[in-house]
Amino acid sequence: MFSFEVGSLLNIAFVLGAGLVVSIMMIWVERRFLGFFSDRLGPNRVGPFGLFQVIADAVKMLTKEDWIPPFSDKFTFVVAPMILPIVMLLSLAVIPFGPGVGVMDLNIGLLWIFAMAGLASYSTMLGGLASNNKFALLGSLRGAGQMISYEVFMGISILGIVILSDSFSLREIVEAQRDGWFVIPQFFGFIVFMVAGMAESHRWPFDLPEGEAEIISGYNTEYSGMKFGLFMIGEYIGMVVMSALIPVLFFGGWLAPFGLEFGNEIFSGLFWMGAKTTFFLLFFVLVRAALVRPRYDQLMSYGWLVMLPLSLVNLLITGAVVLYQAG
Amino acid sequence: MSTASTSLQQSMAETPAVIAELYLKFGESAFVRQHTAEGMPTLWLGREKLLEVLKFLRDDYRPRYEMLLDVTAIDERLRVHRGGQPESDFTVVYQLISYSGNCDIRLKVALKEPDLKVPTIISLWPAANWHERECWDMFGVVFDGHPNLSRIYTPPTWVGHPLRKDHPARATEMEPYRLDDDIVDTEQEAMKFKPEEWGLERKSDTSEFMFLNFGPNHPAAHGVIRFALQLDGEYVLDVVPDVGYHHRGAEKMGERQTWHTYIPYTDRIDYLGGVMNNLPYVMAVEKMAGIEVPERVKVIRVMLAEFFRICSHLLFFGTWAVDLGQLSPLFYAFVDREKAFNIIESITGGRMHPSWFRIGGVAQDLPNGWEVRVREFVDMFPKKLLEYNKMVMANTVIKQRTIGVGKMNTQDAYDWGMTGPALRATGLEWDYRKNRPYSGYENFEFEVPIAVNGDCYDRAAVRVEEMRQSCEIIRQCLENMPSGPYKSDHHLTTPPLKEDSKQDIETLINHFLSVSWGPVMEPSEVSMAIEATKGINSYYLINDGGSGSYRTRIRTPSFIHIQAIPFLSRGLMLADFTAVVATTDFVMADVDK
Repeated sequence: MFSFEVGSLLNIAFVLGAGLVVSIMMIWVERRFLGFFSDRLGPNRVGPFGLFQVIADAVKMLTKEDWIPPFSDKFTFVVAPMILPIVMLLSLAVIPFGPGVGVMDLNIGLLWIFAMAGLASYSTMLGGLASNNKFALLGSLRGAGQMISYEVFMGISILGIVILSDSFSLREIVEAQRDGWFVIPQFFGFIVFMVAGMAESHRWPFDLPEGEAEIISGYNTEYSGMKFGLFMIGEYIGMVVMSALIPVLFFGGWLAPFGLEFGNEIFSGLFWMGAKTTFFLLFFVLVRAALVRPRYDQLMSYGWLVMLPLSLVNLLITGAVVLYQAG
Repeated sequence: MSTASTSLQQSMAETPAVIAELYLKFGESAFVRQHTAEGMPTLWLGREKLLEVLKFLRDDYRPRYEMLLDVTAIDERLRVHRGGQPESDFTVVYQLISYSGNCDIRLKVALKEPDLKVPTIISLWPAANWHERECWDMFGVVFDGHPNLSRIYTPPTWVGHPLRKDHPARATEMEPYRLDDDIVDTEQEAMKFKPEEWGLERKSDTSEFMFLNFGPNHPAAHGVIRFALQLDGEYVLDVVPDVGYHHRGAEKMGERQTWHTYIPYTDRIDYLGGVMNNLPYVMAVEKMAGIEVPERVKVIRVMLAEFFRICSHLLFFGTWAVDLGQLSPLFYAFVDREKAFNIIESITGGRMHPSWFRIGGVAQDLPNGWEVRVREFVDMFPKKLLEYNKMVMANTVIKQRTIGVGKMNTQDAYDWGMTGPALRATGLEWDYRKNRPYSGYENFEFEVPIAVNGDCYDRAAVRVEEMRQSCEIIRQCLENMPSGPYKSDHHLTTPPLKEDSKQDIETLINHFLSVSWGPVMEPSEVSMAIEATKGINSYYLINDGGSGSYRTRIRTPSFIHIQAIPFLSRGLMLADFTAVVATTDFVMADVDK
């Protein structure tokens, strides 16, 4: 059998390939599931079950007129959509998909993801500002505001985990869950992180920077063709990163539940990690079909007045308990 | 004897209380009374007395005339049969409605060329603003003291006033249209939004405002309407709605068409209301012709009108949820709407615009087996409504987003001319179907849903409940459908029952005339209003003895409701603004006619 080692060429190819394929297939999965949730079929024309819809979409995007508005800041306008997929792929690099599977094993993996998520907001901001469009401006301002406030307690919400596992390395965090998943001691941390994660990846119902009922398409109003496609792909990779990060932090990563391990450790790990990630990916889709978008000020006050105190109290209690146990 | 002529005789015999009171207060010499086919008190008066009389009717007379229902004008210059009315080139018509007294009054002011001036009545009813702009745009009547008497339907560069008799009705009557580069530039320049024209500041002491073009192509604008928003950050300080992108001159077309061939145009006024638009029109014509339609026709009309009310409200419901950021309800609502449309299709052959009502009846009898599909629908739909209630109306975020947002009380609703669900959401229990039953609504048992706060949530809740009531009405139609002919055997029924024309030459000639030329009736004036999907929709027809109308006035609820959007949304956030726009529930074709 293969012997995997973190950072080997095979490993990089696998993670990058799988990450990209899953992200792109999510376009189809999301549309199909949204279809089922709203009593219709979704795309089912191209290929078996409409699976090739993704290819059709890609061809459409690549062959569309690549229009750069004459009134925009052209350099920034072109660069902004590239930032998002790049930083999202970079954060995918530190996710441990299984024992020995992954691109990098950084001892500051968690911080790395935060850094990348922070950079991702530049994509939204610069894209909106460079468009020189009022709707795009409103969208990018919303994006910036949302990013700042939700990143604060997103960071705080997982400090409990860092305390418990005594590490920033995602692999060590997974290993630390051998005795029990962190979702139990860190339930509030999980809730806060989940909400903040959705907000970070601009998923419904936190897609206020795009909020199409109010500001048409927000920061990407002026984008078309593959430039728009890059925003979209970036969002989907972000969704995959978030859906993989939640199991890693709270649900034992590649560890099998109830000792249901089978066969090779790597394959078992990949299977369980894949299953957990899929669960959260589908959960994201369900949320999109079910929830209502809050108003911008409601979103903000919810963040600062509910989520931030909740995450702080969670951190305080976790720290106190750990200190007490340590004697 | 038909009801039309009875009411005419009654109105001639006695003087309504309001007229007696006005005579007493202002002297009989100040007025000239006119008799109309529907029996509405109609008085002519001089423009110098106008404000005084309107103020008296609004404030001091009991019952109060709370709402200004309509302001319009008539180009009288080519009219032959004036029937003793005062001399006039252009007549401005004001129609008031009293909810407390359940009565109407129509006031007319005669104007002679070239002095086409009347005082503005915005000080009494702010809703008069757009009505007066429309009159200026369409007829060139000047309203003295109006703050911004500018064109409303036609572009600012338009020459002439379309509803004047000397204005061409068709493009082929005009010079071929050319859009040269310099014309493009002038038109573009004219379209620019200049805040100063609307009395808006460009900046305050603390901030510089952003003026945002919300529309005419915006996902939440519900059609081609433009709102110029004055924004401070995300807060909406003021709104200037700009309508007219959808103007097709439906009233002008009424002057070219025969009474019969105008029916399909009415379908396209409120294009979500389908045959419900036919209803006030054919009822008005029937009143002029003195046709009494058979019971079966009335019930069929009610059933289809209620189906369309459900269709329209379902569309409102779905798009409202999407505007608030909930994706799925739209699709659920459309599935049900599709079912309703399938039934409509199997009955009328059309879906959105069946144009199926006829003068004196309906186009065909109900198809065999219609009961089965209708029963399926009325059994299925109330359960669906319960689901929707759980999914949308009981949703916490939806409540947070809409309760207390875009509030108005009943007095505001009177001032802004709000009718229909928007008026009932403020707590006034008044429904045309209940308070002035037409087409046999008095025989149905249903409730008029009302709410208290008049905010976005209430407006939606009233509509949801109305769907349930409509479903009940349809069930009663289903269970009590009378037998009988689907057309009246009156000679003005168009087209008449075919069987009759086979009997003798007289009916055949009638048939031939009314089909090839159009039915011809005694000159008269009539107006007929109904509780349409969005509010009070009325047709005011002036018959000068021709085969078609001399002047067709369509009072559409959406036009007036849009005017209230600035009032409702000042100080709200951008996201609330879309909630207000959604719950105003307008259709641009209904706004622009």
